[in-house]
Amino acid sequence: MGPKQIRIALSGNPNSGKTTIFNSITGTRQKVGNWPGVTVEKKEGSIQKFGYHLKIIDLPGTYSLTPFSIEEIVARNFVLEEHPDVVIVIIDASNLERSLYLATQIRELDCKVIFALNMQDVARSRGIKIDADKLSQLLDVPVVFTIGNKNEGVDILLKKAIELAESDIELPRTRRVKYSKDIEKCIGNFKTYIENTIGDNLSYNPRWIAIKLLEDDKILKDRVIEKTGANGPGILEQAAIHRSHITNIFDEEPEIIFTDERYGFIAGIVKEVMTTSTKQRIDISRNIDLVLTNRFLGFPIFIFFIWAMFQLTFTLGAYPMEWIETGISMLSGFMGARLPDTMLKDLLVDGIIAGVGSVIVFLPNILILFFCIALFEDTGYMSRAAFLMDKIMHLIGLHGNSFIPMLMGFGCNVPAIMASRTLESEKDRILTILITPFMSCSARLPIYIVLAGTFFPKSAGTVIFSLYLAGIVLSIITGRLFRSTLLRGMDAPFVMELPPYRIPMLKSLMIHMWDRSKMFLKKMGGIIFIGSIIIWTLSSFPKNIEYSTDYTIKMKTAKQSLEEQTPLVREDELRKLTQEYEKETKDLKRKMRTETAEKSYIGHIGKFMAPFFAPIGIDWRGSVALLTGFVAKEIVVSTMGVLYAVEDDESDALKHALRESGMTPLSALGMMFFVLLYVPCLATIATIRKETRSWKWALFSVAYSTLLAWGVAFAIYQGGMLLGFGLA
Amino acid sequence: MNINSSKSSNEVKLSELKEGQTGRIVRVGGQGVLRRRLLEMGLIKGTQVYVEKYAPLKDPIELIVKGYHVSLRVEEAAKVILEKIRQELTDGSEAN
Repeated sequence: MGPKQIRIALSGNPNSGKTTIFNSITGTRQKVGNWPGVTVEKKEGSIQKFGYHLKIIDLPGTYSLTPFSIEEIVARNFVLEEHPDVVIVIIDASNLERSLYLATQIRELDCKVIFALNMQDVARSRGIKIDADKLSQLLDVPVVFTIGNKNEGVDILLKKAIELAESDIELPRTRRVKYSKDIEKCIGNFKTYIENTIGDNLSYNPRWIAIKLLEDDKILKDRVIEKTGANGPGILEQAAIHRSHITNIFDEEPEIIFTDERYGFIAGIVKEVMTTSTKQRIDISRNIDLVLTNRFLGFPIFIFFIWAMFQLTFTLGAYPMEWIETGISMLSGFMGARLPDTMLKDLLVDGIIAGVGSVIVFLPNILILFFCIALFEDTGYMSRAAFLMDKIMHLIGLHGNSFIPMLMGFGCNVPAIMASRTLESEKDRILTILITPFMSCSARLPIYIVLAGTFFPKSAGTVIFSLYLAGIVLSIITGRLFRSTLLRGMDAPFVMELPPYRIPMLKSLMIHMWDRSKMFLKKMGGIIFIGSIIIWTLSSFPKNIEYSTDYTIKMKTAKQSLEEQTPLVREDELRKLTQEYEKETKDLKRKMRTETAEKSYIGHIGKFMAPFFAPIGIDWRGSVALLTGFVAKEIVVSTMGVLYAVEDDESDALKHALRESGMTPLSALGMMFFVLLYVPCLATIATIRKETRSWKWALFSVAYSTLLAWGVAFAIYQGGMLLGFGLA
Repeated sequence: MNINSSKSSNEVKLSELKEGQTGRIVRVGGQGVLRRRLLEMGLIKGTQVYVEKYAPLKDPIELIVKGYHVSLRVEEAAKVILEKIRQELTDGSEAN
């Protein structure tokens, strides 16, 4: 048998330094996942220390345990149902009163509790002094001082936690949160009633059940009905009687009275344990906010930060991106040269390496982007961004926090959708996820550049800009539409803490960044891998195509005639002949490629889909290109290259070919709008599926965006035709 | 828990306070999640609220309550009723 395992749960307010303590305990040995059934991030870490195997579980940061948000439900259920050996409550010493609100609620549950008074240094610098012994005595809990970001007190905290876990104190202890006389009487009576009727049927503390039922706790009510059978309705009836009794005495809803009384109780404790020196010191954080959320400077600075983030992501990211690209082409070159010419080689080189490679190249961008986001989060600027943007986002029916994911969408939709998990309300999250794909990601840009450059050479910039703008406008319209239909309901109240600015710790930034990037690699690796194989299969089968002419023979003949003539002609003539030969084979190869594409399964699909695309002015070749864009949108350009029979080394060839293909500026415009709006790429769909935890939303997003794309392209193309713009 | 709102004429909505003004909460209106959330964040009867600033677009409001900073939307702040505390402004730069 190995060392004994002790499970320790970390609980605390958001911004209480909980994550910092978690990081400093577990380091990089942490596992990030989701809590079962919900998209709340679950972090766990295991370490060996003091002869024990410690399993640390980071509960979601909450201000309370009233089960309103998913985070609160998750945190409470964990303590109630999973019975951790110890719960450490991280208390922000510089914010004692509000921190104690959560702490007292946890104190009311049946579990062993330790308080970690964190950020004592910040508190001291603000002239706050806390008497830990007194606090410990008043609430009957061990109290340890910690400074998470300096790793101070963390070992003592763990030692105390082990000590407490190993001690055999009776769990339902006496000294708890005390309410006023009338309330206590109510609780007492109701508690006795509960004890008499259900006994041990419900494994929770009877006093706690009484309090929560008096607070009309929906989740607990369901649980009571479920577990106590015939007694259930009676208990709830009793609860209703007591509730109306309290309402009569106080002329206020009982849950409000309980909140009030808890704060009253806390005020009493704070008065006894905390002393504040009257000396006012300079509040650095407040001074920073004088600038950063300033009426005039706030927005320009915000825009600058965002601009800088994008610059960093895309210009700095371009270098490693290039290295990876080189690496990939070296790899596929190497494989191409070494492996025997088999189908497996084709699959490996043209299918998997090319497909997965096209996504892997985004890794540097994603790392940098997530680093910046982590920086915004850890310094506290993120909540300022929400503060600035909330008014605008509220117009779409969203929270200020939704801005960042949407903005990131301009870079890449995948991390953007992943970033939406920072949003508290489920509906906000889904809505943000649904409208984010309309933010024109960087993969769509090459397509615009080709099409706009070809058909609108003089005003390409304006066209591209209006595409981006159209994406934003349509996302707003979509947001409002869904908010009033599918995802109706109040948006979450914007009661948001603006935590003091903090200097971020590199370690925690790195952990943050890596956790999210790892997720990107893992999930995308899988789906892109499969997607690449599918697209490759569709485009390289059937193998035995009947070509209109036999290209192989033609190429052979050309070669033969060159070889035959070689000894007969002069040197300069030979050079000319060789050139001609090269041109001819190139031409033949190109024609063969085009025909292969046309007669492959994907070509058939494209032709099959052609009637669907015809009304919006896209021919079968465009259809195939758009289909392959499903894997990753940048592929559209290279597919067009193949289908419109273009040589790789002629930079303007695609433009010529496009112009000659019968495409008009109008149909090109329609196609660009289609590209802007239609199904997000495979990786994005996989991410939507993962973040919403439902195929329903993923498929809905596909269907909605494709229909919208078709509708818009149709309106542009047909409208334009009517107005007489049809001819180039 | 008995704070008499002696002069009801002195009662204002939180959303009516200007930057730099202070009030004491008389009651928190609204309902459901919002009301509960406000209370849990410490905006309870008798608490002092200082209006730190309005966002550049005039919404939301940043407040200082119980020593920490919190922001509310104007429509949410309208649910919180305060009695104004006449307080000498430190910098004397009251708007209007």
